Amino acid sequence: MTTTTHPALELAASDGRTADSDKDVDRDAGLAGSALAVRGLTVSYGTKPAVFSIDATVPKASMTAIVGPNGAGKSTFLKAVLGIIPRLSGAAYVDGKPLETMRRAIAYVPQRASVDWDFPTRVRDVVTMGQFRGLGLLGFIRPAHRKKTLDCLERVGMADFADRQIGQLSGGQQQRVFLARALAQDAGLYLLDEPFAGVDAATEKAIIDVLKGLKAEGKTVVCVHHDLATVTDYFDHVLMLNIRKIAEGPVSTTFTGPMLQETYGGRLATAHIDQLKLD
Amino acid sequence: MGAEFVQLSLTPILIGVLAAIACAIPGNFLLLRKQALIGDAISHVVLPGIVAAFLITGTISTWPMMLGAAGAAVVAVVMIEAIRRLGRIETGAAMGVTFTTLFAAGVLLLEQTDTSSVHLDVEHALYGNLESLIWLSATGWTSLWDPVALADLPPELTRMAVTTLVIALLTAVFWRALKISTFDEGYANSIGILVKTIGFGLVIVSAVAAVAAFDAVGSIIVIAMFICPPATARLMTNQLEHQILWSIFFGAGSAVAGYVLAGYGPLWLGSSNAVSAAGMIATVSGLVLGIACLYAPARSRVTASGN
Ligand SMILES: Nc1ncnc2c1ncn2[C@@H]1O[C@H](COP(=O)(O)OP(=O)(O)O)[C@@H](O)[C@H]1O
Ligand SMILES: [Mg+2]
Repeated sequence: MTTTTHPALELAASDGRTADSDKDVDRDAGLAGSALAVRGLTVSYGTKPAVFSIDATVPKASMTAIVGPNGAGKSTFLKAVLGIIPRLSGAAYVDGKPLETMRRAIAYVPQRASVDWDFPTRVRDVVTMGQFRGLGLLGFIRPAHRKKTLDCLERVGMADFADRQIGQLSGGQQQRVFLARALAQDAGLYLLDEPFAGVDAATEKAIIDVLKGLKAEGKTVVCVHHDLATVTDYFDHVLMLNIRKIAEGPVSTTFTGPMLQETYGGRLATAHIDQLKLD
Repeated sequence: MGAEFVQLSLTPILIGVLAAIACAIPGNFLLLRKQALIGDAISHVVLPGIVAAFLITGTISTWPMMLGAAGAAVVAVVMIEAIRRLGRIETGAAMGVTFTTLFAAGVLLLEQTDTSSVHLDVEHALYGNLESLIWLSATGWTSLWDPVALADLPPELTRMAVTTLVIALLTAVFWRALKISTFDEGYANSIGILVKTIGFGLVIVSAVAAVAAFDAVGSIIVIAMFICPPATARLMTNQLEHQILWSIFFGAGSAVAGYVLAGYGPLWLGSSNAVSAAGMIATVSGLVLGIACLYAPARSRVTASGN
């Protein structure tokens, strides 16, 4: 087994470094005004890069969609930004400061299918998890915490389900519980992984209303989004990914036919990098 | 049922109960993390560790053996991780390879060396020596208040009691972080919980439980108690807090029932020989799990989601 980094990745990593030092001034200017800034992010499972040298800047109080075909590395991108999986290279900044120091300001909603919903717990317990930072390891759950849990459930229309077993929820209800847990964190930046995947129309409406409410409060929302038909309705900013960044910018000017073609049609890029792995 | 019970049965039962609880508590989390085999792996690799400790020190005193067993557990965890990474195979398979290899190595070591003079053999490794952990200087229930008699309690009891207490305390203190990271590791990570540390700590605690229990009760009980009481408990409730309590109840209950059945069951059946308490305790825990599969309230969760 080879443990060395693939030459292509080394190249990219060093490329990133040079680019960084050349454009330090630019980069810092971008950081300060952004809710989330990602610089030179590369992630690889084994020798196969899943996300490749990505720079991205998410404006404050925007609704940003991350789009790209299955396996494009969208979930990987979010997880690596959050430091959930190790980065080969790159860094992430929240409000211009290293993300690692800003965890309190970030709420993450993982892909619904990433957990086992047969886990023995109730809806209210899951939402209470969102208050972990305030509660700490041993803090008592006081009436204020309970009220907050119920308020967050109320916002997603799930207050009646507080004592329900999570295994007894429909997919849409599970998704709303996940959103309620994120709301309980009182974050400024929300990172959601496919919050609309496989949910009913009522849930989709409930979720988009909550997200638009967050935006109206000046908070920033970033969603991995699979439904191209709703991108222009729901979002104002877009990041198009297919292992590499294809494009980013306002939806009106960036979410265009040619760009979509390149993001989705250009399977060649993926196949090409797959091939690199073999030799 | 007085003096004789206290002298011959009380301490083995208590040790069995404590060993069951010490393994059952972390077993709940291993089960929910789909890592139940880690308990199995650890209890297998404890054997070569103990044999190696014996070969080095030449005695079967407790501390070298505990250290040997703990060392072997660490070697196993590292081996599993290395095989998984280098061989690019899934964790379950890596564990399977690791624990069969190390257990086989332990058996080979045992057979190749002159350990027959001391009570260290394969049978001991599997079944422990629960029946021999008696309280000789006890004269009846009043001995429980007699400092002289108490001083003569089998050291396994004290060791098991301290281990169980520490495990229960650690579980209580890290409860919230353990629960969140077991349910949703990615999310736990995103809110700053050190999920790697928690996961590693869980394995260490399991190893400590296995090593402490192994000496007294053998690996059969250890393997059974990591899996059967938590699995049974999961079928009784849909709430983790209650599941832990149920698993303690089933673990302790199996230990008591198994010990009594092993001692008196054969007599009732007309046979004069008692059977191995460890084997019977493990069997009881398995039977209870079987019954729970058929009748327990939270067993049909998939159908329950339809209403
Ligand atoms: N844990 C993992 N180990 C190995 N490969 C992975 C892992 N997770 C994802 N991948 C691979 O990385 C690529 C990107 O995955 P992912 O980020 O989930 O894509 P997306 O979310 O855009 O569908 C895919 O080819 C996937 O198979
Ligand atoms: Mg994904």
